Amino acid sequence: MPSTLPVGEPVPADGALPQSARKGTGDLGLYLHVPFCSTRCGYCDFNTYTAEELGPGVSRANYLETATRELALMQSVLGNSLRPVTTIFVGGGTPTLLPPAQFATFLDLVRDEVGIAPGAEISIESNPESVDAIDLEKLRAAGFTRVSFGMQSSNSAVLKTLDRKHTPGRVVHAVAEARAAGFEHINVDLIYGAPAESDQQWQESLEAAVALEPDHISAYALIVEDGTKLGAQVGRGEVQVADDDALAIRYLMAEEILSANGMQWYEVSNWEKPGGACAHNLAYWKSQDWWGIGPGAHSHVAGVRWWNVKHPVAYAQALEQGQSPAAAREILTSDQIYDEQILLGLRLRQGLSVSELTPAGLARGTDAVVEGLLEPADFEHGRAVLTLRGRLLADRLAVELLSL
Amino acid sequence: MSASPAPKPSATPPELLRNFCIIAHIDHGKSTLADRMLQLTGVVEARNMRAQYLDRMDIERERGITIKSQAVRLPWAPKAGPNADKTHILNLIDTPGHVDFTYEVSRSLAACEGAILLVDAAQGIEAQTLANLYLAMENDLHIIPVLNKIDLPAAQPEKYAAELARLVGCEPDEVLRVSGKTGEGVIELLDLVVDTMPAPKGDPNAPARALIFDSVYDTYRGVVTYVRVIDGHLTKRDRILMLSTHVQHEMLEVGVIAPEPVSSQGLGVGEVGYLITGVKDVRQSRVGDTVTTVTNPATVALGGYKDPRPMVFSGLYPLDGSDYPDLREALDKLQLNDAALVYEPETSVALGFGFRCGFLGLLHLEIVRERLEREAGLALISTAPNVVYRVVMDDGKEFTVTNPSEFPTGKILEVNEPVVRATVLAPSEFVGTIMELCQTRRGQLLGMDYLSEDRVELRYQLPLAEIVFDFFDALKSRTRGYASLDYEPIGEQVADLVKVDILLQGEAVDAFSAVVHKDKAYAYGVKMASRLKDLIPRQQFEVPIQAAIGARVIARENIRAIRKDVLSKCYGGDITRKRKLLEKQKEGKKRMKMVGRVEVPQEAFIAALASEPDPTKESGKK
Repeated sequence: MPSTLPVGEPVPADGALPQSARKGTGDLGLYLHVPFCSTRCGYCDFNTYTAEELGPGVSRANYLETATRELALMQSVLGNSLRPVTTIFVGGGTPTLLPPAQFATFLDLVRDEVGIAPGAEISIESNPESVDAIDLEKLRAAGFTRVSFGMQSSNSAVLKTLDRKHTPGRVVHAVAEARAAGFEHINVDLIYGAPAESDQQWQESLEAAVALEPDHISAYALIVEDGTKLGAQVGRGEVQVADDDALAIRYLMAEEILSANGMQWYEVSNWEKPGGACAHNLAYWKSQDWWGIGPGAHSHVAGVRWWNVKHPVAYAQALEQGQSPAAAREILTSDQIYDEQILLGLRLRQGLSVSELTPAGLARGTDAVVEGLLEPADFEHGRAVLTLRGRLLADRLAVELLSL
Repeated sequence: MSASPAPKPSATPPELLRNFCIIAHIDHGKSTLADRMLQLTGVVEARNMRAQYLDRMDIERERGITIKSQAVRLPWAPKAGPNADKTHILNLIDTPGHVDFTYEVSRSLAACEGAILLVDAAQGIEAQTLANLYLAMENDLHIIPVLNKIDLPAAQPEKYAAELARLVGCEPDEVLRVSGKTGEGVIELLDLVVDTMPAPKGDPNAPARALIFDSVYDTYRGVVTYVRVIDGHLTKRDRILMLSTHVQHEMLEVGVIAPEPVSSQGLGVGEVGYLITGVKDVRQSRVGDTVTTVTNPATVALGGYKDPRPMVFSGLYPLDGSDYPDLREALDKLQLNDAALVYEPETSVALGFGFRCGFLGLLHLEIVRERLEREAGLALISTAPNVVYRVVMDDGKEFTVTNPSEFPTGKILEVNEPVVRATVLAPSEFVGTIMELCQTRRGQLLGMDYLSEDRVELRYQLPLAEIVFDFFDALKSRTRGYASLDYEPIGEQVADLVKVDILLQGEAVDAFSAVVHKDKAYAYGVKMASRLKDLIPRQQFEVPIQAAIGARVIARENIRAIRKDVLSKCYGGDITRKRKLLEKQKEGKKRMKMVGRVEVPQEAFIAALASEPDPTKESGKK
């Protein structure tokens, strides 16, 4: 069972935006969700379906055809404010379960109908075992500039507890193949705190990841979600996962090893080599505009957030009937926009401008410098930037900066 | 032959009056029997009948108990016997039925010549009923023993008739058997009241003296005072004088309850009715006081008047600090109807602004709290109830401590605590477990008697402090609910008591200070420290929790500093989910109270102050 959607207000059948959001400006991102996986991993609560789970009515073969209908909807809804996209991110699920040719067609369509800005970042997620050298060459040729591999761990026992199907060695080859195919920007995703993972194993995973010399590494703590197989196992006491203290230690290990290898954090869970930051990822934290295509995909345009119906069948049906597949939306109030700005901006290396803080928030910020949560030098220069300790307590500090 | 006409109020010959009450335990069917009497005497028509007619407050109906007493005038001509067809006036004086209101009970009894001892035929007599029976017998009341609920399949009328006969001093076959539910035996009971209970005697020509046995505030009419005239006559033109408080009042209305108020010319010797004087506060018309007239005042007050004395104290705080003015207003309003309730403003570091309130006992506390929450819509936190300590210092200075956090420091000569005489009635199989419980509560056995082969009365002297918290619950759970308890204050004793403070990061949390016996201080300290450790969320810094007697730390726990409080990612751009989490956390933060630098959620205070789950209950589940 994938995670549940938020509660919001209804969206008009034609998907029309409220007046307030019809003048979107600045960078525009495009997200394409591919809701398929060959098997479901025990910890995953993303909106993705195996062939058996999916049922009749939707197939991998015609999925991108359906998705292009939403591209057309996007054109009509954005109307005058439609502009060439600066980032495209294809995520999942396991996008590379679909043949590269389909993505080539899709990107061509985007280029023709919407426009792709010069120098745009075009990323695709991939499981190491679901692509080969030829696929990667085709994806690069189709226009993708960046590939992200779900490495997760270098330890086969840990991969097994996560239900991942690839072998540690496959990642090494996949990265080499990507590089050979001409990808300059390569990311590997890591997960720490898996059941039975030791500090030692985590250290080995980090070292294995940097040895691949990607220009981007994401390291996420395993989150035990309700409604997942892992959640049930933890609930029954069958499996133990690392507690917050252990996760904190592993985060510090990540920072130590990654920074020692020429990488710098630019967001709490993301590290880059110079020039390697993911612009599409940053767009989320900066509340820029993006349109999410696909079942369960989230979008944001000028203070309006909406999300699509989750099931691929319901999604396809809405579009076939010429209607918006949006399940609900929220039109953010100025207070909500402010809260998000602090909450999200605080996570970034560039931090917040202290001029954005309320007097009470500024007072709390000043204390947070003394407590070692914010960088003193940056604060003096008008930026609230998290220290290493502060990164581990970012959510708490955000609440404090926003509480009067 | 038809019955003689009913005598009118103010002109009822005393020999036609019968003033009586019903002594019964909660749930033994007093209100149902009273309802049946109202119907049979014809004062309430069947179509106007509602259950528990005389209980006016929601809480009274819901809990099946009477908190305030009331009197109702019932005309009754016996169907047979020496007084057949001669219409008498029965005044049924309803009495409160709980240990906390012993004084009010005693005043109601003083207004009567007789009492119906009503006992559930399936349960037998309970400790409070027994205590009230003894009180009635001390007042020389004529007792009619009655077994109720004889229609129940579980009824054991033979067994309990023998028990009642032994207590009252009659033959088992003289115990009347009725069913308030079906009405069986109630006519016979009413006849018996007329035939066996004495009529009131008083001097009609003496200066008026009337006993106040209840005083109730009514929003529309002000205070309604319920009286029983002992001597003389009160008329609606009199100016009246209260002999204990020496206040004078204009009489606005005199009347009787039948069972709705009916005004009359006055009230004569032996009559029971109400007075309305325009007073707005029951403290100016106190239970137990004597009413006389200004023009021809009596000089000697009726005996037995006592100022209500609070025995149990607790701090009441609004959950939302901005409700403080509403709480004050609600207490002011409640006090108009409750002369025993006392309160004064109090500030707690942990809980903010509130009131230290004094109560007659635990039920009184519960009722007040419930009325504040229900009638004023307030959400409240109450601190653990405590008793009053009298602390004598080495230099002879004395302190009366009603709040443990104000326990004096310095050289203490002695600490005095109130003690009670407690009576426990229970099946004899539980004697051992009851003795064990009373032992752990510092009890001293005063005596033990068998009421019947398998029922025992145990008398203990106990510190009041040991029973105000959870004694009754513990007693009930150890005796599978069969034991009943009654107690009365009998003075004070010197005891080895100390104040235990609970400190967070070195700062004492006033709401958690407690005065406990020296032998129990360590256990209290350990319990509170470990409870708080579980209840207080981790902070950015380490928080030591200490329990201390003065400067001496007797227990210690640590809340380790939190190291990680950040979610690593957002779900495919689902910022909404993340923001909603933030909004929830912001809300949670508003409910935090600061103790020094430590944030303590309000729920932690509530949970830490709540009585703990009974360990015997836990083991019983296995």
